[in-house]
Amino acid sequence: MNALIFLILFPLAVSILALVLPRGLAVRKFVGVFASIILCAVPIYLLATNLDSGPAYFHLESTFVNVSMLIVELLIAVFIVFVSVRSGRYLPVLLVVVQSLVMVVFEVTSGHGMKVEHTMFVDMFSIIMALIVGIIGSAICLYAIGYIPEYHEHYKDVKDRRAWFAFLLYLFLSAMFGIVFSNSLMWLYFFWEITTVCSFLLIGYRDDAASRESAFRALNMNLVGGVVFAVGLVCLYSSSGIMELDKMLRQAPGAVLLPAVCLAFAGLVKSAQFPFSSWLTGAMVAPTPVSALLHSSTMVKAGVYLILRVSPVMEHTAAAKMLTLIGGVSFLITALIAISQSNAKKVLAYSTISNLGLIVACAGVNTAAAVWSAILLIIFHAVAKSLLFLCVGIIEYKLDSRDIEDMDYLVMRLPKLTAVMMTGMAGMFLAPFGMIISKFITLKAFVESNPAMAIILAYGSAATIFFWTKWMGKIMSIRHGVTEVMEHRVSRWEWITVGILAVATVAVCLAFPYISFHVINPYLKEMFGKTPVVDTFNVLIVFIIMLGLLIVLPVGLLYYAFVDKNYKRVGTYLGGGNIDTITFEGAMASTQAIELKNYYLERYFGEERLFNAGVFASLTLIFIMFGVAVI
Amino acid sequence: MNEIYSLIKSLSILERMLAFVLIAPLAGGILAGIDRKVSARLQGRYGPPVLQPFFDVFKLMRKERIIVNKFQDFTIVLFLLFTIFSGALFFAGADILLAIFGLALAGTFFILGGFCVSSPFSHVGAEREIIQTVAYEPMVILMAVGMYQVTGSFRVGTIAQHHAPLILYLPGVFAGFLYILTIKFRKSPFDLSMSHHAHQEIVRGITTEFSGPALALIEITHWYETVLLLGMVYLFFAFNPLLGCVVAMATFFFEILIDMNYARFKWQLTFLSSWLFTAVAGVSNIIVLSLIR
Repeated sequence: MNALIFLILFPLAVSILALVLPRGLAVRKFVGVFASIILCAVPIYLLATNLDSGPAYFHLESTFVNVSMLIVELLIAVFIVFVSVRSGRYLPVLLVVVQSLVMVVFEVTSGHGMKVEHTMFVDMFSIIMALIVGIIGSAICLYAIGYIPEYHEHYKDVKDRRAWFAFLLYLFLSAMFGIVFSNSLMWLYFFWEITTVCSFLLIGYRDDAASRESAFRALNMNLVGGVVFAVGLVCLYSSSGIMELDKMLRQAPGAVLLPAVCLAFAGLVKSAQFPFSSWLTGAMVAPTPVSALLHSSTMVKAGVYLILRVSPVMEHTAAAKMLTLIGGVSFLITALIAISQSNAKKVLAYSTISNLGLIVACAGVNTAAAVWSAILLIIFHAVAKSLLFLCVGIIEYKLDSRDIEDMDYLVMRLPKLTAVMMTGMAGMFLAPFGMIISKFITLKAFVESNPAMAIILAYGSAATIFFWTKWMGKIMSIRHGVTEVMEHRVSRWEWITVGILAVATVAVCLAFPYISFHVINPYLKEMFGKTPVVDTFNVLIVFIIMLGLLIVLPVGLLYYAFVDKNYKRVGTYLGGGNIDTITFEGAMASTQAIELKNYYLERYFGEERLFNAGVFASLTLIFIMFGVAVI
Repeated sequence: MNEIYSLIKSLSILERMLAFVLIAPLAGGILAGIDRKVSARLQGRYGPPVLQPFFDVFKLMRKERIIVNKFQDFTIVLFLLFTIFSGALFFAGADILLAIFGLALAGTFFILGGFCVSSPFSHVGAEREIIQTVAYEPMVILMAVGMYQVTGSFRVGTIAQHHAPLILYLPGVFAGFLYILTIKFRKSPFDLSMSHHAHQEIVRGITTEFSGPALALIEITHWYETVLLLGMVYLFFAFNPLLGCVVAMATFFFEILIDMNYARFKWQLTFLSSWLFTAVAGVSNIIVLSLIR
């Protein structure tokens, strides 16, 4: 239990240090590196000590903790009211007041009688989440050390609040550990709200009109989720008198359906599923470490984490079917919208929502195979997607643009970074990397239980191929002539992080059998009493492809770069009118330069139309989900 | 026929993979030759000898290597390698989804080859190749799903030995697969990204900047792919090996006939009609199957 409490309190301590240590002190960086090492090591230690064992529950009853949590919650509420009133927005005020009233009345009326037997717990799923938060989170904090100075060089008018930034990042990590280790739902709710506030403040870091707008949108939606979460807790307590996650799962399925649906709703908001997707695409105004940490690899994963936790309660109900469909709608529609986007971070955001949708759909299906693929999706997506965000963050300041159309010839300007980015993209959609392995398993899980979802998956995967391949093609294009190489301007901190994550993208695929057998299977056994059968031959083939790529790609590239001399190099064919390789003679003897642009098919995959369709469809599904839960 | 069948069954996985690697290019090359002969006869020409594709490839192999950048040929090598690997997996009786994803990986390398030379013609060709991939991919996956619903397995070996005729359960899926097969065979009306006929507005499309040995490799890859795709057609009729082979050949001639009779579609029509046809034929078939089970 000490390790769990340490993981929650240690980042908290670091965050306070980040706030109090004066700026420009070398010790700040040292603290950052030290904290990262600890935050990686402890979850690994936790994994090593809990391997092949079932869940463990811990008791930690303390009035001091409960009272201080309530006080912090109220302070946060006051803070939100203050900030909202200052910028003249009253919807958050209303939501916060409602939420606080619900919680305070609940605490006062039933707080004394409430008996919480186990406040904390740890099982394999929490450890997986802790590993993701610890390793990716601390890597991104290192990246931020190199990123933030560059950010302020670029945006000179933005007020430099880097200590505040570091404080929020570590506070957020602390809250994430809190979420994954809490068994008491009151605690879970407390940490849940802290991540909402961190996200709100980090999105608004730049403090201009656009980021304030996005920050408040995210706040509003997540507060709606929070209110429903609180209502769910009250329902749960009044109907069954329990306040613990594990006890909730052991109730008769029908008895706690409404609370489960409320919690799932809060999860849907947090993981930005339709109809709440707009807060995540808006959140892309935040500095890149924030997008990589909160909005792709950890906080949005807390949403699906909660859904996966409560989905057993909804098994075989119409509510679960609705949940599956909401996930399916989000998966398909956001994958299609991503085709029409040229803003790199927006493409990544839509792709994130899409993959989270797939996880939600798996949670709705809730068979051993589906949950297995959901957990694999969480792992693989967290690694590859945070890597891609960080790459885009670097490119943004080297090219002064985050538009994919400006990334021509990137492989000539930032060769190593392009290689890293290609790894990340391949990790998202190509065999033999993680996401395709998971989709492969997901497809099998869907075919058995819900063929309609298999159809959605077939179309959605095709759309996924579209936007990744054309982006890959863009950064891979090579042309004659000198192009400025700007790689030396990438900071050391950023290199370390993208290096770690690129290796991790490949490593998690190679370690897939191990992860599956020793980490995920114990959890599935605990939940379902059985584990999905793995076709060892398939695993072997995937392994061979992976090793083949790892050997063939470097050898081939080296061969073509240095050994191969037997060729004649010419310029591209430009209809016979070449002046040089990129200009040709046009009409009236004019000189025309070639320009290559990608297809975005706005007419078919336009954001607005598809987005509205998704919102209407999913709103209907959500109403049905609540409808069947209330009856 | 049955002797051949039992011979194939007696081979080990590696032997079967090896057999595919060696025999498929011969079969594919001869099919390409027959294709050219039949096409010529349909157009009232005499046509080249059936072995002409082999002569072409040997000649291309001996040509000087003219390239635009140093790595473009590498993408083609990878395209070939992964196509062979997927085909070998398929004919070894492995998981059909693995073969499909392997083929998608191979196709991605080909597309990247078209992009990396940064020529306007091959760029447009590569964009169109992506659209074609997106157009056919759902149907290919749904084919695997349909076969699973009938046989309870994704393994080609199990599907091929299923006692009941798959075609009776999957007529819609088969029709949908025939539709997208035209894209995969690069036949008119869907030969948008590149065409065997050098009369298109984007010159030679995605292969514009590839010549000599690289072009030969692309040709050989196409042979492998042809055999693999006909193998997928065979699976629908695998309950009777002879019938399966006959239908596979008939499909091949059917595609030639389509090629002769249609002018090229625009990409919009290609894309929309493929997704629509997939939805009408494939999806409805799969939903019906799931309802009667």
